[in-house]
Amino acid sequence: MKYSPWSHEAALVLLATLREEKGPVLMALQLMQKEFGYVHKECVELIANSFNKSRADVHGVLTFYHDLRTAPPGEHQISICVAEACQAVGARGLEKEVKAKFGNETTDAFCFGNCALGPAVMVDGKLIGRATLAKIEKARL
Amino acid sequence: MRVFVPCDSAALSVGADEVAAAIARLDSTIEIVRNGSRGALWLETLVEVETPAGRIAYAPVRPEDVQSLFDADFLHGRAHPLLLGKTDEIQWLASQDRVTFARVGIIDPLSLDDYRAHGGLIGLRKALNLSGEGVIDEVTESGLRGRGGAGFPAGIKWRTVAQTYSNQKYICCNADEGDSGTFADRMLIEGDPFTLIEGMTIAGIAVGATAGIVYLRSEYPHAIATLQKAIDIARASDWLGSRVLGTTHSFEIQIRVGAGSYVCGEETAMLESIEGKRGVVRAKPPLPAIEGLFGQPTVINNVLTLSTVPMILAQGAHAYKARGVGRSLGTQVFQLAGNIARGGIVEKAFGITLDELVNTYGAGTLTGRPLRAVQIGGPLGAYFSTAQFETSMDYESLIAAGGMLGHGGVVVFDESVDLAVQAKFAMEFCAIESCGKCTPCRVGSTRGAETIDLIIQGVRVDENKKLLLDLCEVMTDGSLCAMGGLTPMPVKSAMINFPADFTGAAR
Repeated sequence: MKYSPWSHEAALVLLATLREEKGPVLMALQLMQKEFGYVHKECVELIANSFNKSRADVHGVLTFYHDLRTAPPGEHQISICVAEACQAVGARGLEKEVKAKFGNETTDAFCFGNCALGPAVMVDGKLIGRATLAKIEKARL
Repeated sequence: MRVFVPCDSAALSVGADEVAAAIARLDSTIEIVRNGSRGALWLETLVEVETPAGRIAYAPVRPEDVQSLFDADFLHGRAHPLLLGKTDEIQWLASQDRVTFARVGIIDPLSLDDYRAHGGLIGLRKALNLSGEGVIDEVTESGLRGRGGAGFPAGIKWRTVAQTYSNQKYICCNADEGDSGTFADRMLIEGDPFTLIEGMTIAGIAVGATAGIVYLRSEYPHAIATLQKAIDIARASDWLGSRVLGTTHSFEIQIRVGAGSYVCGEETAMLESIEGKRGVVRAKPPLPAIEGLFGQPTVINNVLTLSTVPMILAQGAHAYKARGVGRSLGTQVFQLAGNIARGGIVEKAFGITLDELVNTYGAGTLTGRPLRAVQIGGPLGAYFSTAQFETSMDYESLIAAGGMLGHGGVVVFDESVDLAVQAKFAMEFCAIESCGKCTPCRVGSTRGAETIDLIIQGVRVDENKKLLLDLCEVMTDGSLCAMGGLTPMPVKSAMINFPADFTGAAR
């Protein structure tokens, strides 16, 4: 997935688009991550200043949600659903296989809503049903 | 010539886009309609051809099957190994009672003309001719209860909001469908998003709210995109905006995207998250109906609850409540998931047995090995054994059986499952997803996982089982919300229904 390189100025322009929103902090963090791939360390202060919040408020939101990350992601992102429905069709075994091969780019997830066609895996934003290591490798190319 | 290839996420996950592309490549004159899924997910990708005799189904189609479909002249419904006949006559689908899902898989999700041609907007027009009170009476009369899991009567909630004075009220749709084994909200939004928009508009008119918010989880990117397009279309027509269908009513809808937190499906945590804060649960009272989003009176309903309202208005409360049993009226959109041969959506009147769902519709396990356990109602729901398969699937019967309906998900496991491991996972999941506000949930879940681990290892098994049950009681009675309060349900039901897995001896 392609992201813009971090830019203080670009971040300010983006944050300005949320000026009319009520309760904008989480949206702001999501917007930063969508644009730059992660929430850069300057974002906490930028968002706090933009929306008249304390840095503690923003930091609290940033650290609560699993989706938000504070370091740039790798070239590929693999999320394996390890919730019950996928466990029932071998997600734990698949998780071991995938982590042995792509450990540094693999994270656990809880449910993509593809529970009748598990194991479900998201590779670079694309959902794969009845996932196998071979299918994941193919989607990762 | 029209050919239907679903664009539901589940179908896409097994190659629907590739199938559609292959069809387009072989005959560029065909109009390919990207419908939602019919719900028979084990048949995806299910391709339909429109013929004078009706829609003819071929499934499951893989991209490499497309050439042979053309060779067999599938465009005229001719024979092929994947031919299933008329879609409407496939027993699995024909025997269902599709009400909330009536249009899903049939229409083009983003065609307002299609929506109108299949009964769309009739409910809203009726609502506009009634008073707010009249709409609420109809919803109350229908017996519709919250499909998110709590089962609270929708009409009573709406009446509370209607009777609370405020300049700004909100309709919040909870689309944070985090329970494993559930996907009905996603499929409805991807397959018939206008129904949700219509239901929310009706709710707004009924209670005097002009702003609607859909809290939609980030794990559903396709649903987010589809719903946003549908909202834009409704806004560009005479529907959403300052004059709803030419009346003086005003209604707007905005999507707020979740950020990967399970507890944000709890209604007050959801409100906090929409307000841009940490998803920490609020104490009740005050009820959200009185002091909800930004402190204002707020209707919070699940996607399925709101999406059932248009049909109730269109066909009347009596038609809806003629279905079901006892105080569980109407239909439930069950979701068959996990290790199941025929998974997908089964919408039936309440009162179908678990056996009929899992064995008749589900056709047993995917692996073909004996079925051992079924978890109903998501990660906080109970594990049932096959001895309980005659249980009627309705709110009260499931509670009486030690479980709950939840959002209607049914996850099937074969004989390889170890229920002690599943019980431990329930506690671990709670530890990961707890908002941290109350101690029984925040600390109890970690202690619970440790204690089950000791049982699995065979350490002081009887003593630890007793301790675990004690801990479960504290979590049930002492937690602030359903996250900590219901995590003991899978744990205790596993212990009760599968005692052999809690003896400390390796299975």
